[in-house]
Amino acid sequence: MRIESPAAFAEFRKSAQAKLAQRRAEVLVCCGTGCLANGAAAVAEAFAATLDGSATEVKTFTKRTGCHGFCERGPLVVLRPAGILYTKVKPRDVKEIVDKTLKGGTVIPRLLYKEPTSGQRIEHYQEVPFYKHQTRVAMRRIGHIDPTDFEDAIAHGAYGGLVKALGMTPEEVLREVEISGLRGRGGAGFSTARKWRSCRNAKGERKFVLCNGDEGDPGAFKDRSIMEGDPHSVLEGMIIGGWAIGAHEGIIYVRDEYPLAVVNLTLAIQQARDAGLVGQNILGSGFAFDIRISRGGGAFVCGESSALMRSLEGKVGEPRAKYVHATDRGLYDLPTVLNNVETWADVGAILEHGGAWFAAMGTTKSKGTKAFSLVGKVKNTGLIELPMGMTLRQIIYDIGGGVLNDRPFKAVQTGGPSGGCVPEALLDLPVDYEKLTEAGSMMGSGGMIVMDDRTCMVDVARYFLKFLTEESCGKCVPCREGLHQMLAMFDDLVAGRGKPGDIERIERLSRGMQLGSLCELGKSAPNPVISTLRYFRDEYVAHLERRECPAGICRDLTTYEIMPETCDGCHACFKACPVEAITGKVKELHVIHQDKCIACGACYDACPTQAIRFLPKHQLAARGVA
Amino acid sequence: MSASCSVDLTPAEKVLERYPAEEASLIQVLQDVHRAYNYLPCEVLVRVAETLHVPLAKVFSVGTFYKAFSLTPQGRTIVKVCTGTACHIRGAVQLLDELCRQLNVEPGGTTPDLGFTVKTVNCVGACAMAPVLIVDETYYGNAAAAKVGKYLKGSGGKADAN
Repeated sequence: MRIESPAAFAEFRKSAQAKLAQRRAEVLVCCGTGCLANGAAAVAEAFAATLDGSATEVKTFTKRTGCHGFCERGPLVVLRPAGILYTKVKPRDVKEIVDKTLKGGTVIPRLLYKEPTSGQRIEHYQEVPFYKHQTRVAMRRIGHIDPTDFEDAIAHGAYGGLVKALGMTPEEVLREVEISGLRGRGGAGFSTARKWRSCRNAKGERKFVLCNGDEGDPGAFKDRSIMEGDPHSVLEGMIIGGWAIGAHEGIIYVRDEYPLAVVNLTLAIQQARDAGLVGQNILGSGFAFDIRISRGGGAFVCGESSALMRSLEGKVGEPRAKYVHATDRGLYDLPTVLNNVETWADVGAILEHGGAWFAAMGTTKSKGTKAFSLVGKVKNTGLIELPMGMTLRQIIYDIGGGVLNDRPFKAVQTGGPSGGCVPEALLDLPVDYEKLTEAGSMMGSGGMIVMDDRTCMVDVARYFLKFLTEESCGKCVPCREGLHQMLAMFDDLVAGRGKPGDIERIERLSRGMQLGSLCELGKSAPNPVISTLRYFRDEYVAHLERRECPAGICRDLTTYEIMPETCDGCHACFKACPVEAITGKVKELHVIHQDKCIACGACYDACPTQAIRFLPKHQLAARGVA
Repeated sequence: MSASCSVDLTPAEKVLERYPAEEASLIQVLQDVHRAYNYLPCEVLVRVAETLHVPLAKVFSVGTFYKAFSLTPQGRTIVKVCTGTACHIRGAVQLLDELCRQLNVEPGGTTPDLGFTVKTVNCVGACAMAPVLIVDETYYGNAAAAKVGKYLKGSGGKADAN
């Protein structure tokens, strides 16, 4: 059905909301990637099957929603209107939930979230610490709607911002975005309004609006969840952008590794086109805008703007020098605006509620909210969105619940391969663009990876170098050769073959790459190295001078042994060992055979009595054991 | 190309029909062709170059640049180990080592019977359940090296090793 005018849209929304209001209750089953892997599909099916027969009686509907964010406790089920959150739900729990909670109105304590410190069971999802501290703008509808249900999205406010924008002049829309202070959510933090204005002022009839969905930073998955869980928010932002800039074509570049995002976006575009929100004469305004999807080829560098545009042209994704801005000459050398998925998702809300509303959140220079994926060695892993300016401590401890297994905190990595590691001393740092850059890291695309004392910082730096060596496009020498040489030195460091002067050589090479590389990939490639050297130089020195890995991670430098006085023969290490290097019977002393041991540390992490310790390999050699 | 490549070109023709014959279609075409053949056979690349009016060297350059493409036949079952940062610090290396040990291949390699291809992928965006191992379309979260044999069992590739 085509919606011809703003008045017809208001009518359509009203009827969609009325339809929703008729539902007495809703069962929201999270079907994000994490919950699906834990069996959410079977849970949703069980609900649908159980409720089908009784649906007329209780008027309850099962919805498969996008990612609720609290992946750690999945599969998640939220019952509305009460807002009860059940965690780790199994298909066999479904009948009990229907009988007791939906029909009987009583809560099942066993399935509620248990606060780890107090042991208290929490009933409502808004009260769970993981959700309590969050403010959701870009992810405002995710988890509340079925991403494949157009009416559901409309009833929850989708395209409300577009209707307002089309009632304004493009200049007024630009000013609203300017007031909001919105900056690029892909990580660099460039002013969105300024980018749009340059493109609007650029000469040329044909202009492009692009969405960067090539979320390549390892450890980040917010864009994935937005594209999968609320694709209409992305489309709405792009159409508004097109109106403000004077563009009629939009392309979403989606990462090859995100198949569900492609499916949901494709469906959303079709739905929007059928409703007249994409295509000719949108809502009777005379404005035309079309959107299509382009799948990436699996190259990290294509997240870089100029490389992304080359890839869209069907070419190899190599960046080019930036003396000409994409807003003047981008895709096919025509004026182009490229924004990140999250930025586009923010735009609709800004138009709906006003720029001042958005600017009221956040810090002086970083306005609004920001989505992060909180992962690594943290208790509550998952997807979060919060106002800019919250401290790392609040994020990791209040929302994240602290370090996994209560081990000591060592660092948090932000900004992916272009970012750095922030140490414990800076935990009270408010998170915004400037503060993270000052600390030697960056916002990046919102990955926050928590690291404990069992993380080797030299290994982490080497990990990013290896990643970038594989992903460097090879066009410019400083990046291609610099990374290669740097990685070779790190390979020596972690294997105990480091040479005197290596650390200084690494620092010199880092400066050269920062100055000489063509694009941001190469310029920022040394960041993980520089930041770990800045805060954890002693670990580098230990690897180089003493041939020791203080965290016990680098295999060539580490051995493990069982302390006979502490081992109670629980057999956990035996089960964890992938190479059968441990022998021993239950309730008897276990022994690690050094000739078979690959020093992976699985036994150390599995031992409940801390009976396994690691020590530098040379110490064992000195004892004549190995 | 050499006579040893004898490939049925019909699936490739079908893919090519769906796209405008221009350079901008190249990556999309190669993706669909790759899906149809499970790799990019050399004869198909020649046909793609002719149809889209793109030099063969360019087709080859795109085909080798992007990770999604392979110029050698892939296994019936693709096993991917996520090596994103979160997976890395939660044990992806051990997982990959064990997988390669059991299947007796290098990362990126294919077993001689074309049963399995082992790949690494730089973050699949499922970091909350790190480390992640993906067998075809099935995601295994909090994957453990000791359970690798179990993950491989029941997949189409037939795990002889375990």
